[in-house]
Formats: sequence, C-alpha cells, structure tokens
Amino acid sequence: MWFKSVCKSVLLGVPIGITFLDTVGYVARVEGISMQPVLNPDSKNTDYVFLSRWAVRDYNLRRGDVISLVSPKDPNQKIIKRIVGLQGDVVNTLGYKTQYVRVPEGHCWVEGDHTGHTLDSNTFGPVSLGLVNARAAYIVWPPRRWQKLEAKVPDHRKPYLEK
Amino acid sequence: MAFTRIIGKTCGFIGYALQTACITHCTFEYVGDFVMCSGPSMEPTLQTNNVLFTEHVSPRLQRLRRGDIVICRSPSNPKQNICKRITGLPGDRVRGNFPRRNQVVPRGHVWLEGDNSSNSADSRTYGPVPEGLIRSRVVCRVWPLDKISLMSQY
Repeated sequence: MWFKSVCKSVLLGVPIGITFLDTVGYVARVEGISMQPVLNPDSKNTDYVFLSRWAVRDYNLRRGDVISLVSPKDPNQKIIKRIVGLQGDVVNTLGYKTQYVRVPEGHCWVEGDHTGHTLDSNTFGPVSLGLVNARAAYIVWPPRRWQKLEAKVPDHRKPYLEK
Repeated sequence: MAFTRIIGKTCGFIGYALQTACITHCTFEYVGDFVMCSGPSMEPTLQTNNVLFTEHVSPRLQRLRRGDIVICRSPSNPKQNICKRITGLPGDRVRGNFPRRNQVVPRGHVWLEGDNSSNSADSRTYGPVPEGLIRSRVVCRVWPLDKISLMSQY
C-alpha cells in the first residue's frame, strides 16, 4: 500500500518540479574562465549562479545582462556570456570578419568579460534571441560570494552606436 | 465548520489545477504537442490551418535527418515559430541566394527550406539556422480529418 502511495506522489511531484525549473529558474555551475573577473575569479573555486527563466519569458533583455544561451555551434552545450549589443546596435568587433557589425533584427551580440579567452560573438557572429535560455541573476555559491549580477557593459565594450 | 470546509475544498481544487497544469506543461514541452500552421511556405505539403502533431524527442536527442519537417523558432523573431523542411545537415553543400551562392552548412546548424520555394522566407534568405532553435519534428497531420497522414518518411 505504501509503495503505491510513494509511486503516486513521485508521479505527481516530478512534473511539478520540472515545471518549476522550466518557468522560474534553476541553479547551475559555471565552468571556464570566459567570464572572469565577474564569475570564477580564481580558477580553483567554481561559482554557482541562479539562472532566472522567468526574466527571459518575453525576451526583454538589456545591454549588460549576463545570460545563458545554447551554443550556436553545439546544441548540447550551454554557454554564459554578457549581452553587449541588441538589435540595431553597431558593434565594434574584436577580430570578427568585419570591423563594425550592425546586429540584425531578433539577434544580440554576446561577449565574455575575459577578452581574448572567450568564445563569443567575435567568433560566431550575432546570435538569435531564440537561443537565450535564461538570465543569470545571482551568484549563490560559495556563500561569501553571494551577490546580485549587475547589468553593466564594460566601458571599452560599449556599442559604437546604440539604437 | 462550513467555512473550514470551503477553504479545504478550494485548496484541494487549486492543488488539482496546479497538478494538471504542470503535467500538461511537461507533456507539451518534452513529449509532443499540436501546432496549427499558417502561411503558404510549405504548400503543397501543408496548407494554411492544418493542425499538426509534433514530437519533441528527436530534436532533443539530435536525431534529425534530411527531409524532416520541423517547427523552429524564427531566427529574426524569437516569439514566432516557423515550419520548414530540413534540406541540409552540417557539412552539406547547399545553394543559397545571391551574396553567397554555394556554401557549406556549419557545425551545429541546419539548412531549412520551405516546399514552396518561390514563396518562402527560409535559409536562402537568412542563412543556416542553429540547431538550438529547433523545437519539434512534425509527425502527422490530424486536421482536416480527410487529410490525416503521416509526415515522416520511414
């Protein structure tokens, strides 16, 4: 009898959990050095961030937001980057095909903070907003690094022309 | 007494509605859902206002093949979905429009084309599409009833 009730609560509980993770958000580990110094400032400890799915439900993103997105090169991989340019902006690129790029409609320009050690829009070009998975809102672990992630673009990476 | 009973009943009803909503969300997100398509780009295979059953399993497992019809987020507007046929997988050589006539589909991308090639905005306009944008694969048409048919080629 108890077995049946356990099965029933698992069957009903799992969809509720998945829905919560899908709509509200979840915690994920950040790997790699591409977002130094904001995330993973020393390579020994890895940060855990809260990814808010709710914040991207209608794709209202601002310049400077730290977002997680599905890599355009490998759909199994998620990457975490900062939005530098939104649609219509003209971005001064670092080693892309052309020096200046106008971000097309429905796309954004993402870059890692650790210039030169990151695989970002300077390699694969503007990314479609549909690939954006969530917005990184807080660093939640380790506890002494608990903080809100502010939306700010480094001064030297501001878009050349904002729309 | 009657008051507590009403509270209890309400809570029970809300819980039941929540469960149903969550189960529906998971089914539509991970198993399959129904899509109504509009627009002329997939004629003559699909007409406007056909209802399609689509499954979300093969895009998740990356079991996509040439010839599959897929539902995909539009690259230029993430709130809009498009329905196209995959005509090129990574590494394939495809024929695009004017600025880049012949190109190779890059890794992690697919080449989408509508069946109605003269009236379709597809990869020939906006280039290869990242696989991450693909939402589901069309399995069969369920409406109108006299045109029920499987859409996958096995």
